[in-house]
Amino acid sequence: MLTLNHFLILSFILFSIGVAGVLLRRNIIIVLMSLELIFNSVNISLAAFAYYLQSITGTVFVVFNITVAAAEVAIGLAILVAVYRTRKTVYVEELKDMRY
Amino acid sequence: MEQIFFYIFAIVAVASAIAVISVRNPVHSAMYLIVCFLQVAAIFILLRSPFLAAVQVFIYVGAVMVLFLFAVMVLDIGKESFGEHMHSQAIPAGITVLGLLAVVGWLISKGKITVPLGNYTEEVLTKNTEVVGKSLYTQFIFPFEVVSLLLLIALVGAIVLVMKEKGKGAGSTRS
Repeated sequence: MLTLNHFLILSFILFSIGVAGVLLRRNIIIVLMSLELIFNSVNISLAAFAYYLQSITGTVFVVFNITVAAAEVAIGLAILVAVYRTRKTVYVEELKDMRY
Repeated sequence: MEQIFFYIFAIVAVASAIAVISVRNPVHSAMYLIVCFLQVAAIFILLRSPFLAAVQVFIYVGAVMVLFLFAVMVLDIGKESFGEHMHSQAIPAGITVLGLLAVVGWLISKGKITVPLGNYTEEVLTKNTEVVGKSLYTQFIFPFEVVSLLLLIALVGAIVLVMKEKGKGAGSTRS
């Protein structure tokens, strides 16, 4: 029998992997992909709560979440292309013009 | 039976997620991310939400990953060498992730469900798509409209961000 904890633990493991990717990688495209991993893990936990609490709100929220994630990816990649045009780099350590 | 499938999907999802953040080539990373998204879609089916699974496959695997691969291709980002793909902040990052692991693990093990259950039982959810569609167009109509506006803004914003500045050249094809 699958319980809520199974899905929560899976979602949490994926979330940790995503956070590790955001913090550890230098390539900004991989950082954006890790953000998508984080979005997905949150979606899993929302859908699991919706199923185990027998409520539809979580499912509807996942739909909104996916929409926001798609908008985020479009804007993020557009910013990435603009940055690459002016700076000629995609490594987060070299994008430090706004650091104090 | 269901548990066996859950473990298969979960293990493949976690393994491909680890591959996403550890391989060198961004294109391989994107491919592993597609595998991870498909496993998540399968997990949505285990949660009796075939609508979410379809949306996941269409939007994430179809649209988002194509955008990612397109960006990788346009920018022509070469392979990172393995030795330098870690930050100088690797140790604080590791400590942060481990702290998160401890706190959320404790919360998951201690948490109890105290809210009353809703009225969407498994029999109602067999018509999942119909139920979601009805509540999306009645109860959640205002957030639905807001989200559509957000998508429009994101579309216009993405076009404006990658447009060439005016005055530099007449055509957008000029580099």
